[in-house]
Amino acid sequence: MAKRVGMEVSIAAAEAVALADVDVIAAYPITPQTHVVEHLSELVASGHLDAEFIPVESEHSAMSCCVGSAAAGARTFTSTSSQGYALMAEICYVAASLRLPIVMVTANRALSAPINIWNDHADLMMSRDTGWVQTVAENGQEVVDLIFHAFKVAEDHRVLLPVMVNMDGFILSHMIEPILIPEAEEVRRYLPPYVPKLRLDPEKPVTIGPVGMPDVYTEAKMVHDQVLKGAKDVVVEAWQSFKSQFGREYRCVETYKSEDAETILITMGSISETAMTAIDQLRGAGKKVGLVRIRLWRPFPVEELFDAIKGAKVVAVVDRAMSLNGVCGPVCAEVKSVLYDRGARPYLQNYIAGLGGRDVTVENFIEMADQVAARAQRGDPMGYEIINVRD
Amino acid sequence: MVEIRFHGRGGQGAVTSAELTALAAIDEGKFAQAFPSFGPERRGAPVMAFVRVSDTQIRTREKVYNPDVVVVLDPSLLQIVNVEAGLKEGGLVILNTKKSAEEVRKETGLKARLALVDASKIAMETMRVPITNTTMLGALIKGAGLLGIEALRAPIQNRFGPIAEKNLKACQRAFEETTVED
Repeated sequence: MAKRVGMEVSIAAAEAVALADVDVIAAYPITPQTHVVEHLSELVASGHLDAEFIPVESEHSAMSCCVGSAAAGARTFTSTSSQGYALMAEICYVAASLRLPIVMVTANRALSAPINIWNDHADLMMSRDTGWVQTVAENGQEVVDLIFHAFKVAEDHRVLLPVMVNMDGFILSHMIEPILIPEAEEVRRYLPPYVPKLRLDPEKPVTIGPVGMPDVYTEAKMVHDQVLKGAKDVVVEAWQSFKSQFGREYRCVETYKSEDAETILITMGSISETAMTAIDQLRGAGKKVGLVRIRLWRPFPVEELFDAIKGAKVVAVVDRAMSLNGVCGPVCAEVKSVLYDRGARPYLQNYIAGLGGRDVTVENFIEMADQVAARAQRGDPMGYEIINVRD
Repeated sequence: MVEIRFHGRGGQGAVTSAELTALAAIDEGKFAQAFPSFGPERRGAPVMAFVRVSDTQIRTREKVYNPDVVVVLDPSLLQIVNVEAGLKEGGLVILNTKKSAEEVRKETGLKARLALVDASKIAMETMRVPITNTTMLGALIKGAGLLGIEALRAPIQNRFGPIAEKNLKACQRAFEETTVED
């Protein structure tokens, strides 16, 4: 039986990694990820977790160790945030291209400058095109559940890609809330020991990661793209078996009161919960507003997203990061391309909210929903807007 | 849902107070969130911490703007922080003070309903330290009544180990000595 406990989400994340019975953790502390690796190092030091904890001197080294460890066939974990991700980014591309099933928790935080330790999705978006599978949690329970799911997906021989589980820094990482921590035996049933398909072994030498000349590089990228696209089926399958084992149900895209909605808000991450409270209030006022929450960010769930929003006349996409492209935020760009490819053209407005720790409130969502409906009514030009800007 | 804001100074345990309240509520089968005001942490500087307690699942991640209850761990904060800011109509302010309600009102202009306890004295007498976090939890339970005081026992024991009993004693004494305005 799972145990319901009050626990800081970072500690719960570390407990989940321990329950997943990892072999190697290589990590460097950075706010707001610190408590995750701190607790893992305690679990290893106290003998509760039989794993190698490699206290490296940088995030670049953390991911380099992870690459070596995963290539040797070990179940491997790391965690980072923001500038730490920026430093390890070089090796993150290598990890994905070498098809190494590393699992990383990113406690999402803004990127400098100005220096800012608080939450937004800048690091998540920086990792967008690395070819990792990426999921985004809405609450503490999801962080725990997505960690088990991440190993299941990563180590599946049809995938063999690294998986990043995103949790909003501070807003989730430093929150104490009730979490169901499953029994080790339940986790073992869901997540049997990792069986590598190919590994570095002195008895049977192989080369992993040779140079890719122009005559193979394109094909290598094409295969990576196909594998990542194909990973969606495994992601879904792993959520189905998660439901049979643990009872909780997850989908690539979740909807909330969106079936008959005229206006749909689209969110990703912990703001989705605040948005649901706003939807309840809007519905209470007789407004037909619904919510669509993106949980699988990579590969992008194109069909699922389109199914969720195809009936809407008005759509507002809420991004927690900027693309600095003069067009729209990164989530909005995906939504637009899904709609364009299917010939759908609802009124669409992009809102950028919650940068560098600025709060996104229930009231903000109510205002966005009202404003986008009014804009559509007036036929205002579509575009993007940063909300909550100080005068 | 009840929303609580703790005011303290870095090192006095306001964050711990918030955590213990949430853990006790969760142990009682309720839903709760506890979180600090995420910022640079400096010893002695004013800090805040927040708690939400509810009988149903809490589905918001916004900060606490309109608390039902405010708990002030350090009397010197009343001169520099507006502890009533955003307090809900009919909300309660729980103060660590040796003064009477009349004196407090005269000096600070506070308008809210007050609950008062000399937590610094209780903490010094029972624990020999001027740290009032667990003491003020007794005052919170008395003033807000959202949990049974027994619910704090396990979280305090887990957190403080060998010095848990002293903390529980201070908590119990504050519960008994706190006066709550009607």
